[in-house]
Amino acid sequence: MTKVLACIDASIYGLSVCDHAAWAARLLAADVELLHVLDRAPDAVATDMSGSIGLGAHEHLLDNLTRLDEERGRLRMERGRALLEGAEARLRSEGLTVETRLRHGGLVDNVTELEGDTRLVVLGKRGEAADFAKLHLGGSVEQVVRSTTRPVLVASRAFKPIRRILLAYDGGASSRKAIDFLLTDPAFKAFDVHVVMAGTARAENEAHMAWAESRLKAWGGAYTLALRAGAPETIISDYVKAAEIDLLAMGAYGHSPVRRFIVGSTTTAMIRTCLVPVLLFR
Amino acid sequence: MNLAVLRQTWLGNVRGDLLAGMVVAFALIPEAIAFSIIAGVDPAVGLYASFAICVVIAFAGGRPGMISAATGAMALVMVVLVREHGLQYLLAATVLTGVLQIIAGYLKLGVLMRFVSRSVVTGFVNALAILIFMAQLPELTNVGWQTYAMVAAGLAIIYLLPRLTRAVPSPLIAIIVLTALAMVMGMDLRTVGDMGELPSTLPMFLLPDIPLNLETLLIILPYSATLAVVGLLESLMTATIVDDLTDTPSDKNRECKGQGLSNIVAGFMGGMAGCAMIGQSVINVKSGGRGRLSTLSAGLLLLFMIVALGPWVAQIPMAALVAVMIMVSIGTFNWASIRNLREHPKSSSFVMLATVVVTVATHDLAKGVFTGVLLSGIFFAQKVARIVAVRSAEVDDGRGREYVVLGQIFFASADAFVNSFDFKEAVEHVRIDVSRAHFWDVSAVAALDKAILKFRREGTTVEVIGLNEASATMVDKFGVHDKPGALDRLLSH
Repeated sequence: MTKVLACIDASIYGLSVCDHAAWAARLLAADVELLHVLDRAPDAVATDMSGSIGLGAHEHLLDNLTRLDEERGRLRMERGRALLEGAEARLRSEGLTVETRLRHGGLVDNVTELEGDTRLVVLGKRGEAADFAKLHLGGSVEQVVRSTTRPVLVASRAFKPIRRILLAYDGGASSRKAIDFLLTDPAFKAFDVHVVMAGTARAENEAHMAWAESRLKAWGGAYTLALRAGAPETIISDYVKAAEIDLLAMGAYGHSPVRRFIVGSTTTAMIRTCLVPVLLFR
Repeated sequence: MNLAVLRQTWLGNVRGDLLAGMVVAFALIPEAIAFSIIAGVDPAVGLYASFAICVVIAFAGGRPGMISAATGAMALVMVVLVREHGLQYLLAATVLTGVLQIIAGYLKLGVLMRFVSRSVVTGFVNALAILIFMAQLPELTNVGWQTYAMVAAGLAIIYLLPRLTRAVPSPLIAIIVLTALAMVMGMDLRTVGDMGELPSTLPMFLLPDIPLNLETLLIILPYSATLAVVGLLESLMTATIVDDLTDTPSDKNRECKGQGLSNIVAGFMGGMAGCAMIGQSVINVKSGGRGRLSTLSAGLLLLFMIVALGPWVAQIPMAALVAVMIMVSIGTFNWASIRNLREHPKSSSFVMLATVVVTVATHDLAKGVFTGVLLSGIFFAQKVARIVAVRSAEVDDGRGREYVVLGQIFFASADAFVNSFDFKEAVEHVRIDVSRAHFWDVSAVAALDKAILKFRREGTTVEVIGLNEASATMVDKFGVHDKPGALDRLLSH
């Protein structure tokens, strides 16, 4: 049985992730696995600048630090469990099969460990700590997308029923993968699929378009195909607004982290500016 | 290199790291000076070493948040080299130590640490504390009452001030108060300035001034080898302690290479060899230091202070340093181990005490640890050797006997194994069932051969059954009894 892995936290995206996961699970006829990761942030230690070490200094220090972590760990664990129970109840009420997992460590490591029979990973655009900086993207999204081999659905702030899907197409391997993912699953026939490529009408781009068109024709659902000149960021986000797109699908992070560090990432810019959920393929 | 990890280990805890780095820098000054004095070199050598090692290990080390600098353990090893050959040979030995440690890192010798048992580690730490304390004794003998009063006052400030405020490092306050007191009252006390040259400039790159020949190598190699072993031992031990305290993992082989690189840099900057410091690392973690930034800021601040405050540092009375070093030695000693002497198994306590005694007697931590490791190995072999049982039963109305062997047969249990057969009994045939025994080495195989041959010479037919896979390969490889001329070959030994 395939699963949709939904990563939730206590941010306002938590509920939205549940709803997106529920949508995806029904669509793919999959179970939902709810994951909450207790990421231990570097703990603020009571300041002791005395610089003096007395009898058995390191044993005492170990005791103190352990006690501190123990208390915090219990609280985090209780909170995490409550969060998972809430989400589980919400999904069960929609008639889905749900499994919950409360894990320690980093989100990225846990997702890669659990991805075995996972079909899709769902997470929120931003994490708990990051909501104050509007339009700023949570750091975990990129790390998860880069490390997992599964498609990742990045949930927007609130779930809206999905009717129209836009596929941002650049002819690259990961966006071809996106087309294959959408077209092989019969469930997607119910959607109005738009495939848009940003670029001029050069021979190379025409070839990419022809490939996409052949796939779409064979598929047999309702589709629109367009090639538009301009920068991908603006083309796609304008199209999303104009055509009232509900879900953006695209290939992600085609370049190395070093390039991203210097010139920035198209993917990150799109996730940030398009206020719809984004389905990423790598 | 993973950018996220890099950011986490450098910028995960900026405020805590900078504050803790400051506390550590203050605490490093007296220690670096004191350890230089133990080694018999100018305070500048220890201070430059502490700066260089701290800064390099911040980047190259495998354990973020651990503090490395000039240490007592290393200073104790180099005393004789400095006394007999001088500073330049020490610098060369420091560079060679670094090279050896890098080699150890590439050979992944860090895994050998698992043979160093907990008792040996405790013994190492205790011996280190005792040696640091003993090194202070020359400052406390044949001196006037003022010195004793100063040391007492220093210890009082160090231990009582944290009850009032924990916002300032109490050893630093002790040094400032005592230095001011000595200067104001014009006391005739030995000061740091009397012990040798203090740094007045930034450290510079310089090549050790020694003849590059085999003779030099033979002089420095034994010291470098010991320094490399002691440095890695203390560093890896400290890394384990910091791992436990912060509940985060470390890369031990990277730490070995980092220690090596930092020693090479220290040697070329006119500094002595160093390693990780248990006391300082505990102070760092206690003050909130967790990342690489704490180590780097400690090193940089240390350099700034020694260059800026040089003239003032010279005025510090030795008594104040002695008080700080007594604190370090008390903080390093594992006091719980005294209580544990009665509770722990006698063999563990013996290993711990033997490590302490050998180290204190020879002033060489490497010899102490070697003794400890050897003894733990012997005690372990002795314990496992007791897991041998041979049961026997009469078969065929007293005409035969079956022996069932259980347990671990190896060099330490081989004699007991042979002695458990009754060779006096006249039986026609003997069956030895070893299906539930393990033969570990040639001694075990030789013992079985011996038993079989003894039975055969009494005219008894011997049948060995159930040699399990592990034992079978051992016997096939090493055994003699089933090959032609077996008897001659056994007797020829």
